[in-house]
Amino acid sequence: MTLIDKILQNPVPGSAREELESAVVRFAGDSGDGMQLTGDQFTLATAIAGNDLATFPDYPAEIRAPAGTTFGVSSFQINFGARRIMTSGDQFDTLVAMNPAALYVEASNLKPGGLLIVDTGSFTERNLRKAGYDTNPLHDGSIDKFRTIAIDISAMTLEAVKPFGLSQKDALRCKNLWTLGFVYWLFGRQRHATQQWLKTKFAKRPDIADANIAALNAGHAMAETAELPSGVHGYHIAPAEIVPGTYRTVTGTQALAWGLIHGLKLAGLDALFASYPITPASPLLHVLAQNQHLGITTFQAEDEIAAVGAAIGASFAGTLGITSSSGPGIALKGEAIGLALSAELPLIIVNSQRGGPSTGLPTKTEQSDLYQAVYGRNADAPLCVLSARSAADCFDVAIEAVRIATKYMTPVILLTDGYIANAAEPWRIPELDQYAPFAVEFRTEKAGFHPFLRNPETLARVWAKPGTPGLEHRIGGIERNFDTGHISYDPDNHHKMTKIRAAKIDGIAADVPEQAIEIGQAGARLGVVGWGSTYGPINRAVDNLIRRGHGVAHIHVRNIWPLPRNLGSLLKGFDRILVPEMNNGQLVTLLRAQYLVDARGLNKIAGQPFKIAEIETAILAELERTP
Amino acid sequence: MNEASPPVKRTAKDYATDQEVRWCPGCGDYAILRAMLKTLADIEADPANTVFVSGIGCAARLPYYVETYGFHTIHGRAPTFATGIKLANPALDVWVVGGDGDMLSIGGNHLLHVLRRNINLQILLFNNEIYGLTKGQASPTSRIGTRSPSTPMGSVDGPISACQFALGAGARFVARGIDTQQKNLPEVFKRAHAHKGTSFVEIFQNCIVYNDGVFDNFTAKAVADDHQIHCEHGQPLLFGADNKKGLRLNPARLEIEAVEIGDDGPEAAGILIHDETNLALAQRLAAMDQPLLPVAIGVLYCNPARSFDDGVAAVRDEAKKRGRGDLKATMHAGHTWTVDA
Repeated sequence: MTLIDKILQNPVPGSAREELESAVVRFAGDSGDGMQLTGDQFTLATAIAGNDLATFPDYPAEIRAPAGTTFGVSSFQINFGARRIMTSGDQFDTLVAMNPAALYVEASNLKPGGLLIVDTGSFTERNLRKAGYDTNPLHDGSIDKFRTIAIDISAMTLEAVKPFGLSQKDALRCKNLWTLGFVYWLFGRQRHATQQWLKTKFAKRPDIADANIAALNAGHAMAETAELPSGVHGYHIAPAEIVPGTYRTVTGTQALAWGLIHGLKLAGLDALFASYPITPASPLLHVLAQNQHLGITTFQAEDEIAAVGAAIGASFAGTLGITSSSGPGIALKGEAIGLALSAELPLIIVNSQRGGPSTGLPTKTEQSDLYQAVYGRNADAPLCVLSARSAADCFDVAIEAVRIATKYMTPVILLTDGYIANAAEPWRIPELDQYAPFAVEFRTEKAGFHPFLRNPETLARVWAKPGTPGLEHRIGGIERNFDTGHISYDPDNHHKMTKIRAAKIDGIAADVPEQAIEIGQAGARLGVVGWGSTYGPINRAVDNLIRRGHGVAHIHVRNIWPLPRNLGSLLKGFDRILVPEMNNGQLVTLLRAQYLVDARGLNKIAGQPFKIAEIETAILAELERTP
Repeated sequence: MNEASPPVKRTAKDYATDQEVRWCPGCGDYAILRAMLKTLADIEADPANTVFVSGIGCAARLPYYVETYGFHTIHGRAPTFATGIKLANPALDVWVVGGDGDMLSIGGNHLLHVLRRNINLQILLFNNEIYGLTKGQASPTSRIGTRSPSTPMGSVDGPISACQFALGAGARFVARGIDTQQKNLPEVFKRAHAHKGTSFVEIFQNCIVYNDGVFDNFTAKAVADDHQIHCEHGQPLLFGADNKKGLRLNPARLEIEAVEIGDDGPEAAGILIHDETNLALAQRLAAMDQPLLPVAIGVLYCNPARSFDDGVAAVRDEAKKRGRGDLKATMHAGHTWTVDA
């Protein structure tokens, strides 16, 4: 360590910033306090500062839950650092609590010694009572273990925006920007991008834009000049080592939308995206609706069934039908998905999974629709199931979904979840011409045509679209004859067709990459097998334990069905297998059934992502378990 | 995108497939199919550009028997598939076929929405007031007291009027036909086809096995003249043998009443002139019920408005105008930053 490094590590009080490798900040407030927006802006500023990051927007199901209540608390968490960031973080280093309810809900996850920023202006007797406090936590010693910055943010904000003549209500709505300015200073973030954003967002209300910018600047100035608690001098987090390229922040929803658009271009197809509003899937409809000039027509249907019906109709007509929903909506689409796989039409079904069953926890994340995706239809009804591991991964998985759906004339279910859909991460914008095209060929040749003619390699049937002279044909959900495509009730034919449909889907396994090991060695003592959005915490936990000398490996499955062709042999090479999932044990059952291996589940069904520490603890316990 | 088939004069027979028709002998569906095939020949439909879409039920088998493109889908949802087909390729000529259970029970919601959207396609509802394919249960159009395997003591739920439903949903074209009227039915189909927007046609169809003769009260030869009225735009609303009866508005009750026409003729009797662009009149005609009033047949309402297809095309144009470049430009829009090597 150089002398300069040492000096930087021991800053002179009040002058130099403390160097951190990473930090977890959580913004918590009332649903109406603009915490998601605050988090988005902090994310942007942090990305621009060159840190790696991961975020976790955590908000209530109610749009405006009663003000001041604990169930109305809306939070946004960000983990950022000078090293590779794998999760949104376990415990917080800094908590911003805009009201007593936010403090009540979030304080238990703030590290002892962590920085607590509270708006004392909101700690009124009424708000304290609503939050469930008998005494004021600011004065009763219950927050003594934290380093607290208690400021009347409400009053400060009102003062800062006074020149703009806003109503009391509008003026108070600027307090999130005041707070953001304060936290920007703490972590050395630049304000410029947020100022620009405010000017654009409130282009038609410059007074609101100016007031917010004034609040932002006032908060920033306050942090710079105020007497902060001893030991707090602001922080510096060096830029992370990041692969060169052009970056932006991206949510899973954006990456998925753009992946679909690019996949269609590679396939040479237009598409219809038909969807019905449901949390947390609706943003995909919104993003695509804004990008209809790029080849996707969007259609808000009257219900989930109409959405999938329209999508399948579009596929029948020779474009690609895409629909999107969350678990309850996917359940409604089940019968129609069966038709698509029986009529052998391409279709993409995006499931942004949420807590269930039934309405469950609409805004909370879960991975509990794997059974539904793989098995959730009447009869023998196999289709392809893919899963995305992160927001950025959604881009590639979406392209793969388009490729498989059109090449194999099959529905593809793409599993994401509420966490992936909403969380933002920095993303190296890909070079679009690096993806190989997979142009779809429509049947036009009349000679020898029938609608269920198959490619002998892929077993995919021909795609002949209406408008093509001479290829007029009828298809539907009734079983059809293998040789002619006509309706057939023949028993042997039904047996054969069921086998063909299964073999076609099984055959996809030969057309996708073999399962890779993310980190660790094949044949390690313990294989940790995950899928979907648990990638980050599993990877970091396994990495930490490998560094400590444990024989652990991480496998992350994208191809849920059919499973990768080498997965069985990989699994059989491990002494033990642990499957962490945000459900009550679904992939683990699938693996046990497919490979007769003694895989064990680690299940968290709390509507919250895994913490790294939780997985580490479970891995160690599994390694030590006496057989 | 759609190559036209070479122009050939096809006969009704040319539009039939080689598939064996599997309806019960004597079913009204045969007659409707015959009228349909004749219609296709008369309008010189291009088979390559024509699509029949159906749900589930006896009526829904019709696409298998028409030599065009066809999609036999799932129960009640045919309008949704048809919507997707039209969104994907507005140039296709789409006919949606279903029964009263398919379209008014399990698929009632989709019928409502396809009508209010005014998508440019034709909907044919074969109404036989019974579930045929599932062996004879009461349907949403069955009259109160209908005895069936599921209602052995007689049904207790009131029936829905298909045409009143359609008008209520905002349909811009509503017509009625009767399966056996081989002269009128193709004409109604042709009018439906010519209308741009969603065209809704209810066809009274006799189910010979489970509900035989349910429409005899106005379709039987002996009573047809007195119990049907054929509506023609611009013509007085007359019915009965020698057109000696007509419809008049009772302004005090805002009701239609049937009156005998005296020697001074329809005008003197205050007989209404059919105006198919008049929604209020269409609603009164659709509501006319036996035995007090005749059943209205023909085009009850035709009042075109902007179709969904045109709306979607306008949105597409607007999107192209607003769109800021290609995908690459979109991904690079907003805040980006560069990490150097």
